[in-house]
Amino acid sequence: MEFAELIKTPRVDGVVLHRPFMPTVEGTLCLTGHHLILSSRQDNTEELWLLHANIDSIEKRFVGSLGTIIVKCKDLRVIQLDIPGMEECLNIASSIEALSTLDSVSLMYPFFYRPLFEVIEDGWQLFVPEEAFKDLESMVLFYPWNETTLFGLPKEDEEDNIALWSAESAFTVDEAVMMRAAQPLTGTNGRRCKEDEKLINATLCAGKRGYIIDTRTIAVAQQAKTRGGGFEQEANYPQWRRIHKAIERSNVLQDSLIKLVEACNDQSHSMDRWLSKLEASNWQSKVKEILTTACLAAQCIDREGASVLVHGTEGTDSTLQVTSLAQIILDPACRTIRGFEVLIEREWLQAGHPFQQRCAQSAYSNGKPRSEAPVFLLFLDCVWQILRQFPCSFQFNENLLIMFFEHAYASQFGTFLGNCVAERVKLQLSQKTVSLWSWVNRPQELERFLNPLYEPNNLVIWPSVAPQSLLLWEGVFLRWNRSTKCLDEACQEMVHIIEYNKELQNKVNSLRRQLAQLETEDSPLQTP
Amino acid sequence: MEHIRTPKVEQVKLLDRFSNKSVTGTLHLTATHLIFVESNSTSAQEIWILHHHIASVEKLSLKTNGCPLLIQCRNFRLVHFVIPRERDCHDIYSSLLRLLRPVSYDELYAFSYNPKQNDQQREEGWQLIDLAAEFERMGVPCDQWQLTDVNREYKVCKTYPRDLYVPIMASKPIIVGSSKFRSKGRFPVLTYFYQEKKAAVCRCSQPLSGFSARCLEDEHMLQAISKANHNSRYIYVMDTRPKLNALANRAAGKGYENEDNYSNIRFQFVGIENIHVMRGSLQKLLEVVGTRSLSMTDYLVGLENSGWLRHIKAIMDAAIFLAKAVTVEGASVLVHCSDGWDRTAQVCALGSLLMDPYYRTIKGFMVLIEKDWISFGHKFADRCDQLDPDPKEVSPIFTQFLECVWQLTEQFPQAFEFSEWFLIQIHEHVHSCQFGNFLGNSQRQREDLQLKERTYSLWAHLLSEKQNYLNPVYSPSFAESHPVLEPSTQAYHFKFWRNMYHQYDRSMHPRQSILKHVLTLKDSNRELEGTVQALKTVSSPQEFVQCEYISTKGSSATENGYGELMGSFGSKNEPGAVTLEFGVARMTC
Repeated sequence: MEFAELIKTPRVDGVVLHRPFMPTVEGTLCLTGHHLILSSRQDNTEELWLLHANIDSIEKRFVGSLGTIIVKCKDLRVIQLDIPGMEECLNIASSIEALSTLDSVSLMYPFFYRPLFEVIEDGWQLFVPEEAFKDLESMVLFYPWNETTLFGLPKEDEEDNIALWSAESAFTVDEAVMMRAAQPLTGTNGRRCKEDEKLINATLCAGKRGYIIDTRTIAVAQQAKTRGGGFEQEANYPQWRRIHKAIERSNVLQDSLIKLVEACNDQSHSMDRWLSKLEASNWQSKVKEILTTACLAAQCIDREGASVLVHGTEGTDSTLQVTSLAQIILDPACRTIRGFEVLIEREWLQAGHPFQQRCAQSAYSNGKPRSEAPVFLLFLDCVWQILRQFPCSFQFNENLLIMFFEHAYASQFGTFLGNCVAERVKLQLSQKTVSLWSWVNRPQELERFLNPLYEPNNLVIWPSVAPQSLLLWEGVFLRWNRSTKCLDEACQEMVHIIEYNKELQNKVNSLRRQLAQLETEDSPLQTP
Repeated sequence: MEHIRTPKVEQVKLLDRFSNKSVTGTLHLTATHLIFVESNSTSAQEIWILHHHIASVEKLSLKTNGCPLLIQCRNFRLVHFVIPRERDCHDIYSSLLRLLRPVSYDELYAFSYNPKQNDQQREEGWQLIDLAAEFERMGVPCDQWQLTDVNREYKVCKTYPRDLYVPIMASKPIIVGSSKFRSKGRFPVLTYFYQEKKAAVCRCSQPLSGFSARCLEDEHMLQAISKANHNSRYIYVMDTRPKLNALANRAAGKGYENEDNYSNIRFQFVGIENIHVMRGSLQKLLEVVGTRSLSMTDYLVGLENSGWLRHIKAIMDAAIFLAKAVTVEGASVLVHCSDGWDRTAQVCALGSLLMDPYYRTIKGFMVLIEKDWISFGHKFADRCDQLDPDPKEVSPIFTQFLECVWQLTEQFPQAFEFSEWFLIQIHEHVHSCQFGNFLGNSQRQREDLQLKERTYSLWAHLLSEKQNYLNPVYSPSFAESHPVLEPSTQAYHFKFWRNMYHQYDRSMHPRQSILKHVLTLKDSNRELEGTVQALKTVSSPQEFVQCEYISTKGSSATENGYGELMGSFGSKNEPGAVTLEFGVARMTC
């Protein structure tokens, strides 16, 4: 096995582990093909199991013969290992470096992971695209091309990757649809494509209007023409109006995340420094930008009953952020756990968001970024913002969002491997790995993700996008920098109040039933 | 009444501050309020603005649809009316200009406000807070600290209360001598006593030391404070000003303590800025957050440039320093600034709140405000602009204190009996002049105004609607595990207090409130417990004969209760249009 060659020193004794807000642990460090394990070999102390894939970067330091490795993880945690012995330390460091940057997908942990739980519901079979579109009344019309594109078989010189989603009839009388696509390949000389025009125009009945939301500025879209891309000429799409609503390209996002995390880890306690670093990271601006565009798309559908087509360049990054958030705003089904899973499956995995490329590195990467970008994390942040503003309208809580963030970057499950459906089919993920959904949907796990305040709400939920209303997602970005004991306890108390209320209501109901019974049994006796 | 020329204007437009929405309604002007009633009958909203709350009125240039009138309130409400006819607008404008500048105390709302209570109830309201009892609770007087009658007639210091606590060793000549060496005669007195370590928190104003002046009595006074605490050989003297400001004061014959002249003191500057800087800072903050279509960059840059959160953090840092010195080192601390009624009040009050769980309860918080702010002469009338004012005296010092407390509630959600709505409501009334508590600048002035006879106490009013201000996750046992709060001072813990500064901007807030939801559940739990109890009695078979009577009576009562409960669930606000919970929408009148 290749792993053995990479592991120069499989175990070291007397290693000391430092973690923020936790007592230090001394124990034995073991390296396996996929994990870094530290165990004190005492029953009551917690062990550390860290997936190599979760390691973003490491730093080494030496004081005499005592080596220190600082391990920076993709989930933003930073831990420190003190390793006695220079050679051991160097060996461990180079092994970690090699094991955390394996190139071959098939060597990833999901291909080796065997679940310790019984898979009751196979997550790979859960979300069949046809099912998701079943409710759609206008299905007949769209079905033929819909089927091919949904499975990610783009036609080369046309728009690829068109999918559609229908606003539920529950809140629009007139059927309006939301579609996503990549840019049209008009190029500099204004090429046209009859089929594309027919397709797009066919989605609108006579007299209806539609909006094309281009997630680039007009200047960027113009520029794209020189590389063969471009945007729809209004003359050729007479019922459609084009709106440009700029969302930052994905390559800038990585830099933004790095700066944000750097600001959060700054220990200087200076107010001005914190605010200026937070501002300079630009992260919060992006949250606002994306939410605003998503609200705009939702507004076109809900308020005007118009159809919407969203695209940027490729249709696999900012486009997905907008379409998936718009659905959360419009469709109560997306605010349930199942519905949210369906949304991620449909709008991200099947839509071809290149998870493997985007999540290869996180905020501590020191190398030159290739195609890494926290596009999905930014989407989760936006969901969290809406959740904060409508705390009773979601079936799930923040933990679910954090869990998706973790698993997108490093996981024992195969769900987020690969960059598109075609790649996943080729990797035979559904045969060779376990699906994240198989695990999440187990009742034992689900419990952790349930929002005690949830009360189904069929309304459209319009979030405020004023900067004063948008907060830093502390659950992710300050997760390892502060003690949350007081906040957690308060949260528990709240859950307690809610549960007690349910308990009391049940008690009242059963007492009432008892009483009713007593009265019917005894009433003959009372009237002698 | 003679100032009101046009009591009613119809077809007035109210523009939303942040969107393009507007509603039409009727504007009424009364002797105490400006009232806007929306015409739409189904969801007619009413806005009541107390004249005292109005900070400024501005008439903008005439537009095609009428004459815009911009009203800015001290509770951070901003309303923008468009009045169809210019003449009406001018009438309202000039009436308001007169009404919002009362020239004498008698014109303040508190003197006409009548909550339909009799004299006895009013008196009871004023007796709710008893500072002598509070000092007793701290363990004073004791073998080291005594009550002095030196200021009984306000002869030594006009801005202090009558009852003052000083070290046993501080004789009258020492007190009088020391007071002559301190700005405005505000000599060192006890404000909080930490019984566990016998350490005292004292407050005063700056010494009149200039470049070299000394005062033996003042030196003795500090020594007496030091000697009263056997746990520590030294006391801290905290000058809450930036060093530069203190140095500048020396040129004016004031300044700070020279460590060489006072034995065993540890002198410390803390660097909280003065009232003028704070006033400017809030103004900048409000300008930034009042901008329409504000970008994230402008918001964050504006927040930083306003310096507001930096000032909040400076006050918090000072209070933490004070609490640590007292609770960890067991040292007594003397706090002062220039006159000892602004920064000193902030630091002493906040420090005490960190040290003593009692001040984190509703009653205790009232006591704390009564003690460190009202009785020790924070100049509410000047700072809050109650009478036709000197704009240079206005400053959000008390608001900052409330905000610091809010920042703490964010870090310690179970430590406080009250929620932020309590703080916001207090802030509302500091400016409303509806109750007597905050009128005037000192105790002496309040006595002259006969406030206890002629006005009502806010504390009684707040206690009567206590359930609105409760923190549902408050845990009294938290105080046992955390008698002293140790907040983190990492910058990211200090946040913009949206519910205060955007109190009236509904679109900014979460559309569903966890606080309100959990409060409702807690109420319903209490009700259900009663129902369960009643049902249990009814359904226990051995008492059946007797039950027949209770059962009809009891079940109808409980059914009512349950029905109400169902109602409150059923009528849960729709997320699209949820109002702010206790958004203090209108004043009781």
